[in-house]
Amino acid sequence: MRWIWIDKFLEFESGKRAVAIKNLTLAEEHLHDHFPGYPVMPPCLIIEGMAQTAGILVGEVRDFQEKVILAKVKRATFDGIARPGQQLRYEADVESITDQGATTTGKVLVDGEPMGVIDLMFSHIDHNVSGLDFPEENFVFTEEFKSLLRTYHAAR
Amino acid sequence: MAMSREEIFENVRETLVDALAVEPDEVTEDATLTGDLGAESIDFLDIVFRLEKSFNIKIPRGELFPDDLLNNPEYVENGKFTSQGLERIKGAMPHADFTDFENDPDVNKMTDLFTVKTLINYIESKVA
Repeated sequence: MRWIWIDKFLEFESGKRAVAIKNLTLAEEHLHDHFPGYPVMPPCLIIEGMAQTAGILVGEVRDFQEKVILAKVKRATFDGIARPGQQLRYEADVESITDQGATTTGKVLVDGEPMGVIDLMFSHIDHNVSGLDFPEENFVFTEEFKSLLRTYHAAR
Repeated sequence: MAMSREEIFENVRETLVDALAVEPDEVTEDATLTGDLGAESIDFLDIVFRLEKSFNIKIPRGELFPDDLLNNPEYVENGKFTSQGLERIKGAMPHADFTDFENDPDVNKMTDLFTVKTLINYIESKVA
């Protein structure tokens, strides 16, 4: 199983902006545990959905050659909840991007209504300031993952 | 119009409060980013991004925080900077105060060079 928390891209403007959606359904097991009798999408997974939307946006700039890792959640505020039957919309914008990493700003909407703000920072980890080595293989954007992106028309 | 040192300090303080979730009064000129303000390595990248945005400047990689010294055996030997390494880092960081570090150039103390004052000096040189 692949850990994927977005269903589809609606917009993809290389190096600038991406919009993705995620439909919530009771077929998702985690909603039965969070919480029993009152299913709501855990905010940490909403952050993961934004990290995937924004991380793919950042990865595409360098043709998925960099290993793009979520390094920091700069800000995450939520004004509401998301429940089964509703649709999450992730709007991510690139704020800055360099050899070492990138920052993004983002809005989350539920059924079209603003629900939260998530600003993130990503590291291109082969260029980390600590000089640590990581495996050569790109374990972030695997071939399997890239083929999925092609079906989304998010990658060449 | 050039910014005054006080204005730079206020902007740097705001940047560090946001990046490191510290209280404004913790951000003094002598505070070290790692020791006193709790910055981790990934925060250095965050600080660079935020300073670039806040001051509308470009900070080339390695200019504010040199990152290519520690793995070079000519510069570091037995956990200490060699005289060559010391010259190199002093040249790379004209914005830092080396008074204490020169007496004991232990690599573990390198992070003490990264103080709030170091940031202010660097920004001052960029916006001058």
